[in-house]
Amino acid sequence: MADVTSNADEVLKGLGLSAEDTTDVDVVEDDSALLATSTSAAVEDDPSPEDLVFDASELSVYYGDFRAVRDVNMKVRRNEITALIGPSGCGKSTVLRSFNRMNDLIPTARVAGNLLYRGVDLYDERVDPVEVRRRIGMVFQKPNPFPKSIYDNVAYGPRVSGQKKGLDDIVESSLRKAALWDEVKDRLNESAIGMSGGQQQRLSIARAIANEPEVLLMDEPCSALDPIATGRIEELMAEIKDEYTILIVTHNMQQAARVSDRTAFFSVEVDDTNDRRTGLLVEYTNTEKLFSNPDDDRTENYITGRFG
Amino acid sequence: MALSTLGGSANTTARVEQEIFKQGRDLRGSAFRTIMFSALGMSILVLVVLIIDVFADGWPVLSTRLGDFLSGTLRSQSSDPLLGISQGLVGSLWIAIFVIVLSFPIGIAAAIYLEEYAEQNRLTKTIDLAIRNLAGVPSVVYGLLGLFLLVSSRGGQSTLLAGGVTLAILVLPIVVITAAEAIRAVPNDLRQGAYGVGATQWDVIRTQVLPFAAPGILTGTLLSLSRAVGEAAPLILVGAITGRLAARNRSIFSLEQLDDRFTAMPIVIVGWVQESARDVGFAAAAGAAIVVLLALVIAMNSVAVLLRNHFEKKRG
Repeated sequence: MADVTSNADEVLKGLGLSAEDTTDVDVVEDDSALLATSTSAAVEDDPSPEDLVFDASELSVYYGDFRAVRDVNMKVRRNEITALIGPSGCGKSTVLRSFNRMNDLIPTARVAGNLLYRGVDLYDERVDPVEVRRRIGMVFQKPNPFPKSIYDNVAYGPRVSGQKKGLDDIVESSLRKAALWDEVKDRLNESAIGMSGGQQQRLSIARAIANEPEVLLMDEPCSALDPIATGRIEELMAEIKDEYTILIVTHNMQQAARVSDRTAFFSVEVDDTNDRRTGLLVEYTNTEKLFSNPDDDRTENYITGRFG
Repeated sequence: MALSTLGGSANTTARVEQEIFKQGRDLRGSAFRTIMFSALGMSILVLVVLIIDVFADGWPVLSTRLGDFLSGTLRSQSSDPLLGISQGLVGSLWIAIFVIVLSFPIGIAAAIYLEEYAEQNRLTKTIDLAIRNLAGVPSVVYGLLGLFLLVSSRGGQSTLLAGGVTLAILVLPIVVITAAEAIRAVPNDLRQGAYGVGATQWDVIRTQVLPFAAPGILTGTLLSLSRAVGEAAPLILVGAITGRLAARNRSIFSLEQLDDRFTAMPIVIVGWVQESARDVGFAAAAGAAIVVLLALVIAMNSVAVLLRNHFEKKRG
């Protein structure tokens, strides 16, 4: 248990807090507490503290008074690919964005429940969201290269965190990891806007990797790409998963089945009184089980195409 | 019948030809297009007539003594060989400097705050609306403001300072609005992407928003500069003079003249047009002055377009 605490201390320091500040931070020290928060994962072995990257319990996200998604209980394990699937409007992207506090950019959004990253409450008021996003990078649905050179795109993250030296090496290694180096090494100073969609999306991945994050959040990264470019991104994810923990939101169930170790299925419930739709996490388990033998009827209906 | 033609056997070449070949003209569409074209033609015609008229009026001056005209001063007789617009040019130059130094930084900064920092609530919306309304207030009203605020309160002396500040205030709302529009046009994807790799709000504004919005901001601000340089009404109220200015030998940029009486190009033009009733030679001088002012404004707008193209190319 001491391991968890010291680990949390380190994380806190990284997030811009001093170790002295950590005394009343929500550090989970008891495995039984972890166990109790999750129902669907209880059948499996609980991850060791070292392998536990995110621990969401009773997480809800609100937009103003409206609860967009509820009942999110999931433990995200290190060096795994975790897929978030479900119909439109089920809140899977919203949940993903709460994992690196991108929802902060929406003025009315707020989070209830607990979301621990390495034992630290991500929504503790002392946490610096900028530092969180450096450790937990994000790749968006639509490729969004900056209107700058390829080099400047990749070097952007390290630069804004104050790094000035060794950028050449970072750019090269990030582009290599993103399987883009060979295609662009001779035109690093050309604008990134002229690249193809698939290249732009791999550039976005390289840009996120350049910060040396621990986690990559990918919000439907292939939805704007053709099958060949999609295949390359999927290969890439498999290659880099030894180094990163990846969460991916996808509309494509085959993709989730192909690439992920664990899958969370979200669904929507319509409130008849005001016709508002709230998303909820229905089932979260390892991918093979979810697609072959789901516990919940709603999951089964969705993956077999009988979703109403 | 229709079904049978779709059926196949009746779908002979002759029949298809008859059906898909053009059948007469789209009369309404053509009429609409003609009306639109006439409207455009009329606008251009008016502009051309105006320019020809002004050139014709000013030609005697422009063709014979352009150099002297640019360096000459205000005179009481149109036949005076020293008649010219140098004081008007200096006054207008100073007004441009006031606008650049006061309106541009304040207006752009206000726009950045409104778009990037201010919470989107009712107060912000009210302020936004108020600024839009201010931009539509007739320029005479700004002249009155300048008169009370900058002239009467300082002993009634009309100064270049008062004129410059008045026009800077006049275009300030325009600068805010155009800069805000340019900032609003920055794609949200860029902001998200930058935040997603750990940029602070200041990073995002500095490295994404401002570079992307620069061409739009630039165009808007330079157009507002042309507006300021062409305004006459507020300057008449603030007290730019059309008569004889004390002839003192000072350099163009001497700061002493800020506290002195002044004139500007539009005022010179208004004055000479009035004078032409008494001394018809002033009509030619006024025409020539208009040509010079037009050339100035066109030059500024061209610079705006060139700079915008340059930044847009850089933006990629």
